[in-house]
Amino acid sequence: MKLKKILPQAITLLVVILIFGFFTMNAQLNMENRGIDFGYGFLSQESSFDVQFSLIEYSGSDSYARAYLVGLLNTLLVSILGIILCTILGVIVGIARLSPNYLIRTTAAWYVEFFRNIPLLLQIFFWYYAALRALPLPQDAEAIFGASYLTIKGFYTPSLIWENLDIFIYSVVAAIIAIIFVRIQAKKLRENVGKHLPVLNISIAILFVLPLLTFLFGGVNVGYETPELKQLAKTSFKFEGGLSIPPELLSLVIALSLYTATFVAECVRAGIQGVGKGQREAASSIGLNRKQVLNLIIMPQALRIIIPPTTNQYLNLTKNSSLAAAIAYPDLVLVFAGTALMQTGKAIEIVSITMLTYLTLSLSISFFMNWYNAKIAIVEK
Amino acid sequence: MFKYLKQLTSLVAMVAVLFTFTTETMAAKKSKTLKNTQKKGFVRCGVSQGLPGFSNADAAGNWTGIDVDVCRAVAAAVLGDASKVKFTPLSAKERFTALTSGEIDILSRNTTWTLSRDADIGLTFVGVNFYDGQGFMVRKSSGITSTDQFKNGISACTNIGTTTELNMRDFFNSRGISYEPVAFEKADEVVAAYDAGRCDTYTTDKSGLAAQRTKMSNPDEHIVLPETISKEPLGPVVRQGDSVWEDIVRWSLNTMIEAEEYGITSSNADMMKTSDNPAIKRLVGAEGEMGAAFGLDNDWNYRIITQVGNYGESYKRNIADTGILPDRGPNELWTKGGILYVPPAR
Repeated sequence: MKLKKILPQAITLLVVILIFGFFTMNAQLNMENRGIDFGYGFLSQESSFDVQFSLIEYSGSDSYARAYLVGLLNTLLVSILGIILCTILGVIVGIARLSPNYLIRTTAAWYVEFFRNIPLLLQIFFWYYAALRALPLPQDAEAIFGASYLTIKGFYTPSLIWENLDIFIYSVVAAIIAIIFVRIQAKKLRENVGKHLPVLNISIAILFVLPLLTFLFGGVNVGYETPELKQLAKTSFKFEGGLSIPPELLSLVIALSLYTATFVAECVRAGIQGVGKGQREAASSIGLNRKQVLNLIIMPQALRIIIPPTTNQYLNLTKNSSLAAAIAYPDLVLVFAGTALMQTGKAIEIVSITMLTYLTLSLSISFFMNWYNAKIAIVEK
Repeated sequence: MFKYLKQLTSLVAMVAVLFTFTTETMAAKKSKTLKNTQKKGFVRCGVSQGLPGFSNADAAGNWTGIDVDVCRAVAAAVLGDASKVKFTPLSAKERFTALTSGEIDILSRNTTWTLSRDADIGLTFVGVNFYDGQGFMVRKSSGITSTDQFKNGISACTNIGTTTELNMRDFFNSRGISYEPVAFEKADEVVAAYDAGRCDTYTTDKSGLAAQRTKMSNPDEHIVLPETISKEPLGPVVRQGDSVWEDIVRWSLNTMIEAEEYGITSSNADMMKTSDNPAIKRLVGAEGEMGAAFGLDNDWNYRIITQVGNYGESYKRNIADTGILPDRGPNELWTKGGILYVPPAR
């Protein structure tokens, strides 16, 4: 009996190993025939190409490993921004789809049906090329709020210049720790004595007062730098100084979050509708108001339904960010699996690293969301 | 009845097998690529996704260009018909993988011959069919007439996966100019972004600039700056490890160039068969055994010249008459002041 159970599994495993072995051997043989070396030594070589946009210091005299890091951080940046924006938009639209107001409900439905049924690549091209053509040249740009400019070469906005930034950051971290402490204490107080503390107001107060103190006593100071128009040639201008966001990043984030938000909205709607009608009615009958019903009764139960499918959408967004290559946003695929692959010719090595990276990213998101899901799951008592 | 039929078919099969064995020459046996090509009946050729003058498809899907003609020449030589080519459009990023993985057998896609490409990644360059160099295109209205007028912060659009990215860095770094590289995967995307005004300059091989200029919404608004910042010898590439196939592609290209040198054209090749000059006679298959070493018949080069034409005809048809680069510059024969010089076919 036992053998009968184990044997098929053992055979399957053996077949899988053999298939892998065959492909590895085949690749090795072919590479040998064509005089291609296999190895990861190239990672420490000088990359000798520049990248348009990087979160860390990078130039062509750095190594391929650093170019990889540049690409990875750019992918992370676009994914994180996309996930945050699509969640906010998705929750709003999801709730709007259930609104008793006809106009809000229908607009939300139209938005979802429109954006989720157009291929993402097309949307990215639209936001990039259509938006590029619509945006003004730097010299024609009108200031937004006096000092920001949205131009074809990017979005320019004043940047803050900090003195003793580290002290400020420490104070923010301290404030957050203090808030967590207060919340725990407040919860204890509520459960033991039944006394309600205005937790939200206290939290906000701490968050403002602590960092503010560093300005007065910690020597923290903040100035700002505004973008200035600079002439490159007779009809060619650019902005210098301040913070500049390339149009490639802007259009990619817009396209990814608008597209993914439609799916998140549907998850949210499904979650809310999945909570029994009786729950809502029971909550109303004990005198909770609409906001309390939503926050205390509906949402905690709906989240259990919302989280797992939304995790899939976050994973999709992260993987879809690799379409960046089409519009020159230097993400992992463009920088590493594109330029670096071409310059070194190390196809198998680079593609395997890239695949492993996306796998790790996806598994991390998945792991975090599973943890969060387990945390909010209803504990049967 | 059935018994005899069975015997008959096996006899026919045996004869057929014997026949193929005897007609198969030594060279064909040595060259797997040649054997496969003759079996398939077409040459598998990797080209660009659309670069006028080099490799470009019209609305009906017919490919033209000097890179395309190299593949057609090989098809004429090994299959006897220049039209038997299957073209695979490739991006700069895909091209080498397509060749080394065996998806195509010739890569004729305005590809620069460099040491690292030749030595590192399992490729062999067989020759040069266009001597090029990297240049810059700017808008006329910008008033820029030389790269000396470039200023810090200039944004430059280009392709990824090309030597262009590296040359651009060398160029700007050596002059101490900071720049913003905006690199796209496809040439059309680069052109669209530059045309929209995303970049101040567009940089790639000068031939490419001249060709892409014709695709702009208003070609007259753009100029190619006179400076050339790099050497870009463009030529066909084959996989490493099949030296007979490598020789066939190399000498197909050389035949086109040498035919021009001796004044042999697609229209006069027949008359040249009776020429007094042995060098000419060798080029039209009327003397010597020039094809045997490749496992080809003696008329292989004659077919190239009659079906595709010599290099000059190809250049005129694809690059000069289309207005891309009417002046041949370095791509003129060495006898006429250019640097086009190939070893003799003998």
